[in-house]
Amino acid sequence: MLRQKWWKIVCVAALLYTFIAGFLGPVPAKPILNETIRNLYFHVAMWFSMMIFFIVSVIYSIKYLRKPNPVFDIYALEYAKAGIVFGCLGVLTGSMWAGFAWGAFWSNDPKQLGAIIALLIYLAYLVLRNSMTDMDKRARIGAVYNIFAFAMLFPTIWIIPRMVESLHPGGLGGNPAFKDLDPRMEAVFWPGAVPGWCLLGVWITTLRIRLQLVVEKRILSNA
Amino acid sequence: MRQNLRPISPILTLFKKDLLLEVRQQYTFYGVLLYVASTIFVLYLAMGEPDGPVWKGLFWMMQLFICVNAVAKSFLQEGRERLLYFYTIAGARDFILSKLLFNALLMFAMSLLSLALFLLMLGDPTTKALAFVGISVLGGISLSLVFTFLAAIAARAQQSAALMAILGFPLVIPQLLLLNKISTIAFETVVQGGLVGMVLVLAALDAMIIVLTIILFPFLWKD
Repeated sequence: MLRQKWWKIVCVAALLYTFIAGFLGPVPAKPILNETIRNLYFHVAMWFSMMIFFIVSVIYSIKYLRKPNPVFDIYALEYAKAGIVFGCLGVLTGSMWAGFAWGAFWSNDPKQLGAIIALLIYLAYLVLRNSMTDMDKRARIGAVYNIFAFAMLFPTIWIIPRMVESLHPGGLGGNPAFKDLDPRMEAVFWPGAVPGWCLLGVWITTLRIRLQLVVEKRILSNA
Repeated sequence: MRQNLRPISPILTLFKKDLLLEVRQQYTFYGVLLYVASTIFVLYLAMGEPDGPVWKGLFWMMQLFICVNAVAKSFLQEGRERLLYFYTIAGARDFILSKLLFNALLMFAMSLLSLALFLLMLGDPTTKALAFVGISVLGGISLSLVFTFLAAIAARAQQSAALMAILGFPLVIPQLLLLNKISTIAFETVVQGGLVGMVLVLAALDAMIIVLTIILFPFLWKD
């Protein structure tokens, strides 16, 4: 299915729609936010994508532990990398948004800190994998760590920032966000931004997976 | 003696073995104690008696380093052959549970001792010293759980304590932040409402780590 063309066309169309409707379309004039609210199509959609990639990655890690197939390990690794890239983009776009809406690019907001910690935990996954040369061992220990890292996402991103005062939605500060999302914005966010960014990430990841599979095959045939 | 050899339960037997080794050798305990005492002495020379926030921050950083050293020693002392031997006589879960138990006990003792040294050398900025004793014991045990899991990974990856430290520092940030927040209970006369909830979050995080360790360790164990 992933070698088919249609979803790549959908991806480009969704992203074009996101960019055109996102920058030119109507948005509600809210105090403080004003036009920066358009960043919702980028910042929030990128976090959605990151979460989806980490979920896919952990599913492949679990699959690897149940049935040690090196292909699962490549999938888990590449999806984790895609998640890290989208997480970094999410932090960057968020920081830009904060610079114009909150008055500072970085304000040690609990969710900003949580996101950085989560990314550090995932970067440690890459470091751990690089520390081992034996392929089977690397795959198995990597899978174990990946599951652990995924579990740590919940306290760092989802639970602790919600228990303290935060400028982000969900914290005790009372930022309502999604509860009153304008229907005109929903029409861009759900059909355009979220699937667009997700599919772009999947596209990049499948290319990298195919590359890794070719590399692996060459190593095996040379040995 | 012969009666003692009959195992009541493998977990307790392995735990007793660790305890006995420690009591006979007294290497980890005094080694870490010397390490703690000299570090705190240097801190005392460098900053005298610091204020509450500095004291608190130093205390938790100290706990982190104590934990890396204490847990690394207790886990990495088992050579490859000895691990194989344990593999033949006990299940993976029994082994890791005994290690969790032993390291928790070790950190329990180490946090109380380092707290005593802190109070002795760096003064006592707390308002509720008893509450802080409880928090530091909880913190020490929480850290020991994470590092036991990481020590298991590092031992399998056949790397030294260095890998454990690299992996561990991002992973313990959520716990350290929680602990630092929780310890304000002991530093202020008025207790903020949300802090009790944070203690519960920390306990839930610990429970999650224990469950994950028990589930994932068998995959690390088999070779």
